[in-house]
Amino acid sequence: MAKPVGFLTDVTLCIGCKACEVACKEWNGLPNNPLDFKGSYDNTGQLDHANWRHVKFMETTTSNPDKPIAWSMMSDVCKHCANASCLEVCPTNAIIRTEFNTVFIQQDVCNGCRDCISACPYGVIGFNQASGTAQKCTFCYDRLQNNLMPACATACPTQSIKFGDLDTMRQAAADRVQTLQSQGISNAQVYGNKEYGGLSALFILTDKPEAYALPSAQSAVLPSRNNIPGYVTATITAVLAGLAGLIAFRRRGESSSSPSPSGQGGG
Amino acid sequence: MPGEHFVVPPHWEWYILGYFFFAGISGGSYVLGTMLRLWGDARDAAAARIAFLISFPTLLVCPILLTLDLGQPLRFWHFLIDDSTGGLAFKAWSPMSLGAWALLIFGVFSFVMFLSALAEAGTVTYRALQTTASFIAGTIGRVFMVVGAVFGLFVAAYTGVLLAVSNQPVWSDTWALGGLFLASALSGAAACLVLATRSRREAQGTDRKLIEADRYFILLELALIILFLATLGGVVSKVLSGGWIILWVIVLAGTLVPLALHWRAGRMKVSLGEGVSLLAPVLVLLGVIALRAVVIFSAQA
Repeated sequence: MAKPVGFLTDVTLCIGCKACEVACKEWNGLPNNPLDFKGSYDNTGQLDHANWRHVKFMETTTSNPDKPIAWSMMSDVCKHCANASCLEVCPTNAIIRTEFNTVFIQQDVCNGCRDCISACPYGVIGFNQASGTAQKCTFCYDRLQNNLMPACATACPTQSIKFGDLDTMRQAAADRVQTLQSQGISNAQVYGNKEYGGLSALFILTDKPEAYALPSAQSAVLPSRNNIPGYVTATITAVLAGLAGLIAFRRRGESSSSPSPSGQGGG
Repeated sequence: MPGEHFVVPPHWEWYILGYFFFAGISGGSYVLGTMLRLWGDARDAAAARIAFLISFPTLLVCPILLTLDLGQPLRFWHFLIDDSTGGLAFKAWSPMSLGAWALLIFGVFSFVMFLSALAEAGTVTYRALQTTASFIAGTIGRVFMVVGAVFGLFVAAYTGVLLAVSNQPVWSDTWALGGLFLASALSGAAACLVLATRSRREAQGTDRKLIEADRYFILLELALIILFLATLGGVVSKVLSGGWIILWVIVLAGTLVPLALHWRAGRMKVSLGEGVSLLAPVLVLLGVIALRAVVIFSAQA
């Protein structure tokens, strides 16, 4: 029986080398990115169908004249949420949960409706025009099935990306945060313990989640929250519209002896 | 307070706009046809028949547009059949899944009512069609028609719920879209019916009723537009800025101008002139499209 697996990505150890991106692209046969300069070392831009790992470069100005720019790097990836928004809305059941508790898009089932893209609160999923399907990190499902570590974790030279059993990763995250806080990094925190029922990709952050384009625990809500209010509003509207129809269409001034056509009358 | 998400747009564009429009007109026309048959009089029979004649052809456009929008159009049937298990693909909590099934089921109702309307009109005289018309005229047929209207309401409304059941800014920040799209669809269907009955003398008697109904639907729509904007909170600027204002002007022209024209005509107890009476339903239909366009596109900009 396979155990739930997890990533632990530690921003305090990331040096922005992008070995994870390269390893991911190489293993999964993803296309290269256009050689555009985007005004930053972050020339990947975002997670999408061709970028399943993305090293974000957060550059903030400081008041220290010797260090005017503060750097923070984070290797972002699909969070493989326990309660996954994409899996929830997928109408074709193309998105499934694997035996490793990860979230996987079956490429032969996906019909490219893109509902999952509008649902993912992390902007992880991209649409591949060539295949006509939605694509994202598979957690190297093929490697997991062969007892291999995901390519990104294997390539990471600083152990910023760790891989292992999910419980082990949670414990490692808690220990690391404790260490960082004892070293004076008071903002150190684990991201992913509470959000969406717990993530399989945990992060150690040194700033609030929003600074890394991650929704806070309060904002981590599922699309289905709007089902009941949406249908209730529509139902109330339908009832009011029915009343409007009754008022507008009711019989007025017709002789009772008027012939009733087929399917007509009554009411 | 709306949650802060970092979603990327799904790039639902023109096909989806077209689908939302035609689904609204189809569902709305069926519902109006049903209401006219249930509550109208003998003079409304022709208009009811025309409503069912509009519903099915406009519904036929919907799966075509939906399929064209897919990345893998030949896998459209994956909405209904789970390709990995061979069972049915049905998720009650996924509006897209529900919508795919509703389209299929509503298609049956809409088709039968279409055949019945054809038979009633005497356009086609096959015996099977006459049998269908007789069935619809009976009590069971009437129940059938009403059940179809429930699906018609769903098809007209669920597109708004589909947008809301996401994490996309604007769409997921409000619960008013389902109701708003329904009210707008009924208004558009009434306008469509007014236009379609203009050239049919036997149906012209229903014009006044349709205009009255449209007035109520427009008022409902305006109330829901206010609710929609009010529920958006901080992201309201996303839909009320830049070029979107032009679409809102069309939405307002498609609601307020017809209301004003009919109010004025009612107050002065005169009929609208030929040109003006054509203007009102055309504006309503443009407003229906503009409303969907501003909701769909502004959230993804």
